[in-house]
Amino acid sequence: MKAFTQLNGLVCPLNRANVDTDAIIPKQFLKSIKRSGFGPNLFDEWRYLDHGEPGMDNSGRPINPEFVLNFPRYAGAQVLLARENFGCGSSREHAPWAIDDYGFRVVIAPSFADIFFNNCFKNGLLPIVLPADVVDQLFRETEAGDGYRLNVDLAAQTVTTPSGASFGFDITTHRKHCLLNGLDEIGLTLQHADEIKTFEAAYRARQPWLFVE
Amino acid sequence: MSAQTLYDKLWNSHVVRQEEDGTCLIYIDRHLIHEVTSPQAFEGLRTAQRQPWRVSSVVATADHNTPTDHWDEGIKDPISRQQVETLDANIKFFGALAYFPFKDKKQGIVHVVGPENGATLPGMTVVCGDSHTSTHGAFGALAHGIGTSEVEHVLATQTLVAKKSKAMLIKVEGELGAGVTAKDVALAIIGKIGTAGGTGYAVEFGGSAIRSLSMEGRMTLCNMAIEAGARAGMVAVDQITIDYVEGRPFAPTGATWDAAVEYWKTLVSDDGAVFDAVVELPAADIEPQVTWGTSPEQVVAIGARVPNPAAESDAVKKNSAERALQYMGLSAETPITEIAIDKVFIGSCTNSRIEDLRAAAAIARGRKKADNVKLALVVPGSGLVKAQAEAEGLDQVFIAAGFEWREPGCSMCLAMNADRLEPGERCASTSNRNFEGRQGQGGRTHLVSPAMAAAAAIAGHFVDVRQW
Ligand code: SF4
Repeated sequence: MKAFTQLNGLVCPLNRANVDTDAIIPKQFLKSIKRSGFGPNLFDEWRYLDHGEPGMDNSGRPINPEFVLNFPRYAGAQVLLARENFGCGSSREHAPWAIDDYGFRVVIAPSFADIFFNNCFKNGLLPIVLPADVVDQLFRETEAGDGYRLNVDLAAQTVTTPSGASFGFDITTHRKHCLLNGLDEIGLTLQHADEIKTFEAAYRARQPWLFVE
Repeated sequence: MSAQTLYDKLWNSHVVRQEEDGTCLIYIDRHLIHEVTSPQAFEGLRTAQRQPWRVSSVVATADHNTPTDHWDEGIKDPISRQQVETLDANIKFFGALAYFPFKDKKQGIVHVVGPENGATLPGMTVVCGDSHTSTHGAFGALAHGIGTSEVEHVLATQTLVAKKSKAMLIKVEGELGAGVTAKDVALAIIGKIGTAGGTGYAVEFGGSAIRSLSMEGRMTLCNMAIEAGARAGMVAVDQITIDYVEGRPFAPTGATWDAAVEYWKTLVSDDGAVFDAVVELPAADIEPQVTWGTSPEQVVAIGARVPNPAAESDAVKKNSAERALQYMGLSAETPITEIAIDKVFIGSCTNSRIEDLRAAAAIARGRKKADNVKLALVVPGSGLVKAQAEAEGLDQVFIAAGFEWREPGCSMCLAMNADRLEPGERCASTSNRNFEGRQGQGGRTHLVSPAMAAAAAIAGHFVDVRQW
């Protein structure tokens, strides 16, 4: 997994609550057996005016000029600013894959759906929960003028605005450690393989019916 | 020891190790796999040259992409076919306790297949790369959806990295009225607490109305826990649970069965166990529900009207409601019973079990679908459900009423196969998500119970099944 340490990135505001993973990446793109290449179809149904299918050449498709991601001022954005319950619905990890593939490294919202939140960390994407009034303020400031950037520092656990206002955020020690160092979680867990084996043996003795071969 | 919740018991019995910040390694008993969220996980294993830890924990089936008609013609969409064939190849290569491939007589939706084969047992941790894994909590199991990276993690290590959630009790006391089903209970709960109401919680459903539900009803309820934001939903074990499990293919037998039952009976919240949050909903207040918007929390009782966003004081909610009405092509204050529909979908892991089909057939029996309803699709949850329904003659009831009787699969729940809504089409659906585009781009979904869906098919618009 790629590491995340620090970022100074352009912010794109997505002013909708309950953005679900079906909207983030529609189901037809889930037919892929790969992990990459989802970026051009991020928010496909909102971003384009026609119906998208996998394998289409997206460069020739009619874009929806009213959708925020298509505003020239947000081109190259790396921070997605969102509303409450972002990433609800389906567990598809294709959602963080698409967000990451598009070029975002951070998503900020007042709340996230659990599975989406968890999936982000497996892909070097940093989801940050900030209080609703702070998110409101960030929306106002982002929309007020071009080129609004936020500074995100994972080690310090802070988000800093251009005017120097700084907001702290929470993250578990485990996730922070994995993200800062870009660690492979499976490799990390397998360092405890003996413990898992010991647990499994005792557990099997207690509940043999769970171990039908 | 102090009084424990069911969730405490399930969690504590699976902790392999715990770090200082509370992050745990949780042992996983059952790993359900389907074709959409697994290919990248198997690929990851191969790339890293890792072996699955315990393939006998894996039960797999192909359900999301599979067609529901013309099985003799195979899967026509080449990309869908590739995904299903990739699963075939991966299971062949790595192995599994059981695999129900496309066209197998036991193939079906993963959350229907697991329980009916006894592959879901009380006390288990059950995971699947699918958010509706919460369904299996109906058995007094700890079950939740995971992402693809976690699918790979579970395959490689038999564990999951997780932190304990808070515990919520949702209590429904009293007796449900006639015509009010588990689906209505689920929607009423989501209407009350919102789609993020359960975020960060593992929810136990309790109270006399829940205890009186069948296993099918409990599965419907736990299935929808994720729509309330809760990763896991669960119901305590009782005789109904045990009776359902007994005799199923992967259920224990003989002396092992007796030992298992003795343990399973302890899988209840102790008297005096403390929950972080308690929500109460009197059963008598619950009426048949219909969603009107693009989020499951946008729901009202059948007798109500489409809400007026102008009455909403919260700016974000007001904005969502206005957007939803526009997408749904509805005006505020329209009586729900005046909303005409184009299609009906009876199926999905929420409502495609035998009891659901019986409820729908009871309404359709001797009646005909309305002319304005272009398609009324009945898609059984699995091959076994289909066979059972046919043995009871339910297929004939549906066909005589002008409904279509299909092969099992996810079908129009998410429209990854050919079953879908066209732009602007309005559907009464027994599935679980009414998101924009969920059942086809531009499609408009209203979530209801199976009986309500069947009644809407007959009337051509929503009606109150209690008056039938
Ligand atoms: S029926 Fe629908 S919700 Fe259930 S597993 Fe299939 S696609 Fe997901």
